[in-house]
Amino acid sequence: MTPSIFRDPDLSLVEKLRHVSLSFLLLMTLVACCGFLALYSAGGGSFQPWALRQVYRFLLGLLVLLGVSLVDIQFWLRMAYPLYGVTLFLLFVVDVFGHIGMGAQRWISIGGFQLQPSEVMKITLVLALARHFHAATWEGAGRIKPLLLPALLVLAPVALVMKQPDLGTAIILLALGGVMFFLAGVRLWMFGAILGLGAASLPLAWRFMHDYQKKRVLTFIDPQSDPMGAGYHILQSKIALGSGGFFGKGFLNGTQSHLNFLPEKQTDFIFTLIAEEWGLLGCSILLFLYALVIAYCFLIGLRARNHFGRLLSLGLGTNLFFYVFINVGMVMGILPVVGVPLPLISYGGTAMLAVLWGMGYVMCVSIHRDVRLSRTGQFED
Amino acid sequence: MEWDTDRFHNFTRRALLLGGVQGLLLVMLGGRLHWLQVKDGRRYSTLAEKNRIDTRRILAPRGRIFDRFGVPLAVNEQNFRLVLIAENTPDIRAALEDVGRIVPVEKGDILRVMRDVRRKRPFMPVTVMENLSWEQVARIELAAPELPGLSVETGQVRQYPQGKAFAHVVGYVGAVQQADLRDDPLLGLPGVRIGKVGIEKTYEEALRGSAGEIEVEVNALGRSVRELGRIEGKPGEDLSLALDAGLQEFVQKRLAEEKSATAVVMDVQTGEIYALASHPAFDSNMFSNGIPAEVWEEVLADPAAPLSNKAIGGQYPPGSAFKMVTALAALESGTITPGYKVHCPGYVDVGSHRFHCWKSGGHGDIGLEDALTESCDVFFYDIGRKTGINQIAQMAELLGLGAPTGIDLPGERPGLVPNKAWKLANRDAPWQIGETIVAAIGQGYVLATPLQLAVMTARMVGGGVAVAPHLALNGHGDRGPWASLGISRQSLDIVMAGMRGVMCKAMGTARDAQIPQAGMEMGGKTGTAQVRRITKAERAAGLQNKDMPWRFRHHALFVGYAPLSQPRYACAVVVEHGVSGSATAAPIARDILWEAQKRDTAGKPKGSMP
Repeated sequence: MTPSIFRDPDLSLVEKLRHVSLSFLLLMTLVACCGFLALYSAGGGSFQPWALRQVYRFLLGLLVLLGVSLVDIQFWLRMAYPLYGVTLFLLFVVDVFGHIGMGAQRWISIGGFQLQPSEVMKITLVLALARHFHAATWEGAGRIKPLLLPALLVLAPVALVMKQPDLGTAIILLALGGVMFFLAGVRLWMFGAILGLGAASLPLAWRFMHDYQKKRVLTFIDPQSDPMGAGYHILQSKIALGSGGFFGKGFLNGTQSHLNFLPEKQTDFIFTLIAEEWGLLGCSILLFLYALVIAYCFLIGLRARNHFGRLLSLGLGTNLFFYVFINVGMVMGILPVVGVPLPLISYGGTAMLAVLWGMGYVMCVSIHRDVRLSRTGQFED
Repeated sequence: MEWDTDRFHNFTRRALLLGGVQGLLLVMLGGRLHWLQVKDGRRYSTLAEKNRIDTRRILAPRGRIFDRFGVPLAVNEQNFRLVLIAENTPDIRAALEDVGRIVPVEKGDILRVMRDVRRKRPFMPVTVMENLSWEQVARIELAAPELPGLSVETGQVRQYPQGKAFAHVVGYVGAVQQADLRDDPLLGLPGVRIGKVGIEKTYEEALRGSAGEIEVEVNALGRSVRELGRIEGKPGEDLSLALDAGLQEFVQKRLAEEKSATAVVMDVQTGEIYALASHPAFDSNMFSNGIPAEVWEEVLADPAAPLSNKAIGGQYPPGSAFKMVTALAALESGTITPGYKVHCPGYVDVGSHRFHCWKSGGHGDIGLEDALTESCDVFFYDIGRKTGINQIAQMAELLGLGAPTGIDLPGERPGLVPNKAWKLANRDAPWQIGETIVAAIGQGYVLATPLQLAVMTARMVGGGVAVAPHLALNGHGDRGPWASLGISRQSLDIVMAGMRGVMCKAMGTARDAQIPQAGMEMGGKTGTAQVRRITKAERAAGLQNKDMPWRFRHHALFVGYAPLSQPRYACAVVVEHGVSGSATAAPIARDILWEAQKRDTAGKPKGSMP
């Protein structure tokens, strides 16, 4: 007897396993392997201290992915709000009790395990919005009043994350919410109005920003102004990137990274190490792999026959896109430095697990692509 | 399910739009990457190389200094210093206290080290103590396991093995001052010493050599990771001096019998300086090893000025040693003939003033040669007045007085040869005839350095050529052939006959100081220079100059040459406040010239540098 959550009238566990998309898994494994190589190089040509642990995390993450994907999609539909609620509560806890780090409270430890609820929130927010819009009508997305609840779903975590303060994640959450609204069919004039309002309130936002946030924005605008201080990261990162050339300096031969000119070369700035050693060629291949993973999410979404699944895979695919775009844009100096890791590659447990957990939902949608769901989350014939 | 189809179509449209935008943005990232890595790649590569490679200079060993026979005068010795590397030391204060049981580390040292540690990067060594002894080094190495972060480094320190005799000539090196920092980047390195005095200063650039370079790969903290390349520096040039170390040592020892004295010995043909000494002297090593404050104050307070090289920096009225100049000026200008005679009653009156001869009874009728031998003042008053100050000054300048000789030592002073124009320009008053009279016997305004007096002697006895002094051999300095001064052989012979008489004749002022060895005899001229005018009352009271306080006593001078036939060595001796040229200075010059001939400094082949 299989556990109840794996039971569903249409699909047996064996069938589900057969529906697991191996090519999707292979794509993610390829990306992760690039990460293992980069971490091996960052460790000075050694599996210690990073590469090996990253492999274990990836394997653990794959188990999480499979576990999530094999659970019935109806269960996740029902769990969307509770999960969202728990995450929101955790965010609240972080604001009150969280550890101080990098000038902001982002982490809480649970039994010695460091958890960053804002990372989790990116997924549960998508879940909750997918759940909401699954039940909403096309007409409803054209009026303001039915959008007040989903707007609250977005703004509550955004406000809590802003308070940490973590401007970058707050903006990503806001953007994710925006994408979900867009996919749900919210009319374009509403976006226009919101954007206009946002732009008008920018000067006000500046006044409420913390000094370190202002500094980041300013050094983003002119990194040369403070080459040994806050602009150092961006400048050294650009030097590493640029010196890679077309073919790169070769595996294990990056000077900027191995001589420690690169800050956080194993985490947020790992893309520069890859760029320095593998050159434009390697970077293009990596970006192409990411594009394939994201495209896969979109294809799975488009093929799904239930709206919850469609919204979920496109939302999570977009989430992955945000990670990649912001991280790569940041190290190239076209976006401000906002502590966003390179998914599946940057060293770090939470990020790896969060990404694979999110991809687990995409896989889940893929497995249940032909399942139809009623508005309330019941299976339909 | 109409609501769903409608929614689905709309959703698909928007999903494709979203996907398209994301794809576009990723392509944009790729474009930006292409710009950074390929279009701008070369610029960033250069920046990365600049980040990575640090060029460090390494000191070249300083050139050594030897005497003419290869005796070392200045060398580099290994010096051991105790250094601390902060990052390897868990508790700096405790470590310093521990090592304090082996070497004396004082409270001030601890404070200084702590301050240096804060200022430097944690992997840069901080000097705790310099000049460790072998025993201290051994004990520290033995205790090394208990002294984390402390280690012994070797450096080079300048040593002057011959000690005090060479202090003034060789000089010493010291730390680079702000004023010395010009273009050579080598001077900015820590621990660099540059020549401050003497040969060390004159030949600073040759001795210094050029710095080498090491290219090292550094990490972001500046710590070197590995060596990429090395350009060896050019070691400083070894210098060989004309000095004869043995003779110099002898001269210094002989001068040390007086309170303050100086002497120069030079070759009349080549201009090579065989000895150049000034007493009292100092130990050059104390500048390398650090000078205790009380020693330094003592040196500064000494009235005999140990730091000053009196052979080139002391200016004295030459007194009677100047009489040859007056004689040559009179002869060469045609003012007198070799047979010219003057009657000396012991004084001469000029206007209202009476000028005394040193011999109160007078010399009676006296000619030029005997006037030099017996140093008759009245004779020179007479010919000086007839010749005129400008002619005398011209001859003095021809013989090397009144201007620096150009010896390769720093701090040489020009002396003074006055003439009418000089008086008008500097004293704002016309020349007085009485001033010519005192100038004729080397008093009044006339000033000369002992080196100038040696050069003057060399020019007279060496055949009337413009020989010039120099110390360094190998390729440095001018050594002739010397231009003729245009003084007639006959005039020089008469003057030399007078100088020979000083030592050989019964009436010669230095007859007791002749070298008692056949073939080595010398000629010369005494000089006794007044430091203070003798008052009428003192003259009447018959006050002896030697009974006066030291600083008022006459300077004792002597210029001489040897041997009589074929002169080779010229020598000048000045004993400050030595009272009498004949009694004090002449015996010193005799001993020096005798020693030089015995040693055969000029004849022995030069040695090679080891």
